[in-house]
This record gives sequence, structure tokens and C-alpha cells, in this order.
Amino acid sequence: MSKFTGTESYIATPDLMVAVNAALTLERPLLIKGEPGTGKTVLAQEVAKALGRPLISWHIKSTTKAQQGLYEYDAVARLRDSQLGDPRVHDIGNYIVKGKLWQAFEAETTPILLIDEIDKADIEFPNDLLLELDRMEFHVYETRQVVKAAKRPLVIITSNNEKELPDAFLRRCFFHYIRFPDRDTMAQIVEVHYPGIKPALLQQALAVFFDVREVPGLKKKPSTSELLDWIKLLVSEDLSPDELRAGDTKNLIPKLHGALLKNEQDVHLFERLAFMNRRGN
Amino acid sequence: MFLDLFLSLRNAKVPVSLREYLTLLEAVSKGVAGFSVEDFYYLSRSVLVKDERNLDKFDRVFGQVFKGVVTEAGSLEEFIAQIPEQWLRAMAEKLLSPEEMAEIQGAGGFEELMERLRQRLAEQNEEHHGGNKWIGTAGTSPFGAYGYNPAGIRIGQATNRHNRATKVWDRRDFKNLDDNLELGTRNFRMALRRLRKFAREGAATELDLDATITGTARAGGWLDVHMRPERHNKIKVLLLLDVGGSMDPHIRVCEELFSAARSEFKHLEHYYFHNCPYGHLWRDNARRWDDRVPTWEVLNTYPPDWKLVIVGDASMSPWEISTPGAAVEEWNEESGAEWMRRLLDHWPAAVWLNPSPPRHWQWTESIAMLHEQMAGRMYPMTLEGLDQAMRELNRGSAGLAPPR
Repeated sequence: MSKFTGTESYIATPDLMVAVNAALTLERPLLIKGEPGTGKTVLAQEVAKALGRPLISWHIKSTTKAQQGLYEYDAVARLRDSQLGDPRVHDIGNYIVKGKLWQAFEAETTPILLIDEIDKADIEFPNDLLLELDRMEFHVYETRQVVKAAKRPLVIITSNNEKELPDAFLRRCFFHYIRFPDRDTMAQIVEVHYPGIKPALLQQALAVFFDVREVPGLKKKPSTSELLDWIKLLVSEDLSPDELRAGDTKNLIPKLHGALLKNEQDVHLFERLAFMNRRGN
Repeated sequence: MFLDLFLSLRNAKVPVSLREYLTLLEAVSKGVAGFSVEDFYYLSRSVLVKDERNLDKFDRVFGQVFKGVVTEAGSLEEFIAQIPEQWLRAMAEKLLSPEEMAEIQGAGGFEELMERLRQRLAEQNEEHHGGNKWIGTAGTSPFGAYGYNPAGIRIGQATNRHNRATKVWDRRDFKNLDDNLELGTRNFRMALRRLRKFAREGAATELDLDATITGTARAGGWLDVHMRPERHNKIKVLLLLDVGGSMDPHIRVCEELFSAARSEFKHLEHYYFHNCPYGHLWRDNARRWDDRVPTWEVLNTYPPDWKLVIVGDASMSPWEISTPGAAVEEWNEESGAEWMRRLLDHWPAAVWLNPSPPRHWQWTESIAMLHEQMAGRMYPMTLEGLDQAMRELNRGSAGLAPPR
């Protein structure tokens, strides 16, 4: 079986590789947690790309029910057809709408199934999927049919920790917590996204970025995705590293901070710090 | 050897079950971890730990368990006997030069290899304290990871790339995620959310689609519309907050709890007290002298289905609880213990949240007294504590018979 070792556009740390490969080998779901913006959702896309398998994503909302992932019975359509005298009405199978799990179980090449932000759903949601994810099969009540995965898909589940997941569910998963990348890894990540970026600019931008993260009392610390946006801006504005550095001493607010600070209070905090800094000088 | 890890994790209160242990064995036997200890560490972490709050505990236990192997075994020979052969081979390849390997292959095979390895390790052991190249090159060997010579391995950690491997768990990167830390508002809200209890009450204003479809089908196609009331959170919370004196260091965390509770519960009433609730409570701290409410009135206003949450450090002189007339701010006819008993009788679902760290509790007599009076329902004001408290409140409402 092919192993996942990261891709051209995704830097995977060794621990992440072990976790993904373990889930691949043992065919168990992989639960990914981590700070927002550390690449949880992107991971599934990149794993699919690296292994050359199709990706089926199921994005969870607060109203999503577990049943919707399996199938839905479109009773209203059937009712309408029955009143219009449509012959299709005699086969109930015509009104069974397949969910993402069903699609994944049926797919010809073993797909990657992404269940995104599982914590958004109701507390009972993971419990309702226990058996389905464990055995990779379920029963369709309306047609008396059992859907079973011929090849077990790799299930990648992401969570933002808004709700605790039930123990029984956790026991069946592998778990990986994506840590915030350190400076070296971050440099690699930026390099992968913006090849050929000027090293001096990168160095300076990373220095400013990690300084911003160090500022105490920030409501939302900027993360990888914000850094990438910011660097994109810097590159397109063609700022020189010196300009960035100049921004450091005169006023504390980094250039084009809108990409890094997403919160009014955080911007205020920075302005206050800058003010105090200037007075100090 | 893995069993030790498993049991130590359980002792350290990391929730691992047999199922995870079997999964780990399965993964190891399928060769997921390869032959590197680092990979084994990552694999076991991914299998056994399911919550980032436990990662730090895991790192500590992992370090301990695999250090322990050496100290228990004593001699180097016994230690080597405990390690799988593949790992030894892998390590030998790292420690010995290709020429040496070839020579050994020619001469004596595995025994010879082990002999050479032993010499090399002994040599390394001696040279450790000097801190020369040995330390760097052995960075990924299992011996290092097992803490064969922890003192040596730690030299120059930050700079040497090879060394990084051995001390992944010693770095304890996940320390911050331990759930015994103080909380922010958002975390508070998530914890308080446990207490939500939804119920449908009031006028039927929402279309109940499922019931409508079932009803229509049953009526043979005639549209049969069903309505139902909206869902509301019907939990009611009475919050009593200790202010002043010894509570001053905890003001911030109390404010956060208060604002979280404010936004989380529609039915929230709060009163203040000082040290221990007596005959009077007050709503507004600035007017605590002229706008006091008799506690009896509060007792009579809110029915027993309200949940009582008391926040206070419970640190005072023991007499303030046990003796009438000992309160610092008012003349109390009845003791604090008596008032507490009344509150708890009236609201069976009650918890006490204490912002002072639990390790101090047993040294303060008044905390012990109140802890006893709360029948153990005193919790630290941490994420874990709050979580337990909310569970207790939920349980309390179901488990206890309605009072008088």
C-alpha cells in the first residue's frame, strides 16, 4: 500500500505522517484537531491528491443529522408523484437519495471521506455514526437492503473542539493534534506556497508574524492561513524587507495588518501598544 | 513492555481502554511504526491519546515508562534482552560504520554484532559527560529514547537536529493544553453549555415536518399539517458570588465566569455575599449596605428547580461558619453552617466552585468544612472542574426527589 509522505504543496510533520499511515493501514478513521487555520481540512485534500484517490467531503452544520450521511427518503417527492399518477411511485428506491457515506462505500476506487467540523453538529451526532464507521455498513429500512463498503474508505474527521466527542467514538479513531508549526516548518510551508520568495522578506515577515503571536491578550492569534494571505499581500504589494522592519520600530502595527488581525479589539490593542511604545521612545 | 505503558497511562488518568491497546498491538504487528522509536512514540500517541489535554500526561508517562525499563533491568545485558532484535539491528547500523558492519557480517553474525554494539555503547556511556560527537550521532537510537543516559542526551538539544528525535516527548510541547489551567470566557461558555436542557414549551409555531409527513401518509395523501412549539433552554440558574477580601485575586476569573453565564442562560439571577452566605445577600456591590435582600426572601422567590451555583474561595476563619455572631460584616443570629444547610435543602441541585487550587484545600479548615457540607460537590474553577460541576448539576436534578 502506498504511504503518505506529504505533497508538493503540503508540508507534513513526521508525527502527522505516522498518524495518517496508521489510519490507512488499519483502516480506522483519523480524527484531526488543532488551532483554526493549521490545515486540518486541507490535509484530507492533500492525502487524496498524494494517493491519487477521489475525495468525498461532507461538511457538517449544526442542523446536520447522521442519517443524512447515509441516505434520505424523499417522501414529499413520492407523495407528489402519487398524486400525479407517476408510475415511478411504485418503486420506493426511486426516492432514496444517497448520502456521502453511501457514495463513499460504493465508490469504485477507495475514496477518502472527509467529515469536516464534526463538532458543529448535535452532541449525539458522532454516536449515531458509531456502527456505520466501525463496520462500514448500514441498513436501508425502506428497501430492506444492506449497504456495505467493498473497500473501506479512509475517513478523515476534523474537529474544532467546540464540543467534546463521546468516548465510544474516540476509541474507534486515531487521533492527531496539529500543533502550531515552528519557525522552520513555517518557512517551509511558505516556501511551498510562494516558491522563490525573497529570503530576506520571508525572514522579516516570519519574525513579525511570530512577534504578533507572542503579544499577550490577543483574542485571535493569527494562524498559518492568515500568514499565507498576508505574505501574498506583501508579495503583490512588492514591499521590501526594510519597509517591514521600519514598521517595527516606529509603530508596532505591522503593514497590511488586516490580513493578520481579524478582530477590532486586537487592532485596538496593537494601537495602544504602539502608542505606549512611541511615548517610551 | 507495552503493557507497562498502558497501565501507567491508566494510572496517570489518561482514559485508555483495552480496545486502544489492542489497536496499538495490531498497528505494531502490521509494521506501521517501522523500527524507529520516534515513530513508535507518534503511533502510540495517536492510538492512545484522544484528547489534546492528555497529550502532556502522555509525554510524561512515555518518558517515565521507557526510562524505567533501564533502571529496573539494571545491567546492559538484561536491557538489551528486552528490546526487539530488529531495533537493535537498526541501531547497530546507525552506530557502526559500514566497514565495521561488513567486517562483522564476515566474522560472526548477530552475536558478534551485539558484542560490538555493547562495547560501543559502553564507550559512549563514558564519553557522554564530555559531550562530544557520540551524543549527536546516537540521537535516534532507542537507547537514547529509553533514557539510557538521559543526562548525556540532553546536551545541546536545541541545536542538534539528530537529537531532536529522542526528546520529542521530553519537550512536553502540549503542556499548555492540560485542562487544569484557568479558562477564558469562551471555554467557560462551552463548559456551561453542558447544562443546557431543551424543552418545547408554549405555543405551537413551528412546522413539524416529520409528523406532517407521517400524518399525511397515514391519511392516505390528504395533507395533515402538524405544528409544535419552539425549543428553548429551560435551565434556571441562581448564582451566588463571594466578593471582597480573599476573593480579590480571583476577580478576573469570576468576571469571566459571570459574563459567560450571562450570555449562556436566559434565566440567570445573581447575588453577592461575603465569605459565607448569612441572613442577607445583595445584588449590587456598590450598594451592598443599603440595598440588601434578606436571604429568606431569595429562598422564597426561586423554586427548588433552580440550580444553585456558589462561587467563592471558602477561605475564612472556621468560626465564621460554625458559630453564630462570628461573621465579619454583620451580626448573624444563626451560623453560616445553618444558612448553608437551608440553601442546600431548598435547592438540591447545587455546586460550589472554588477558584483556589485544590491542592490548597486540605490546608484550610473552612474549605474542608464547606466541602463536607456540600457533600463533596465543591469543584475547582478549571475547565475540568466546571465540567464536573455541570455534570453534577444535571445529575442532581434527575436523581434527587423533589423536596418538600
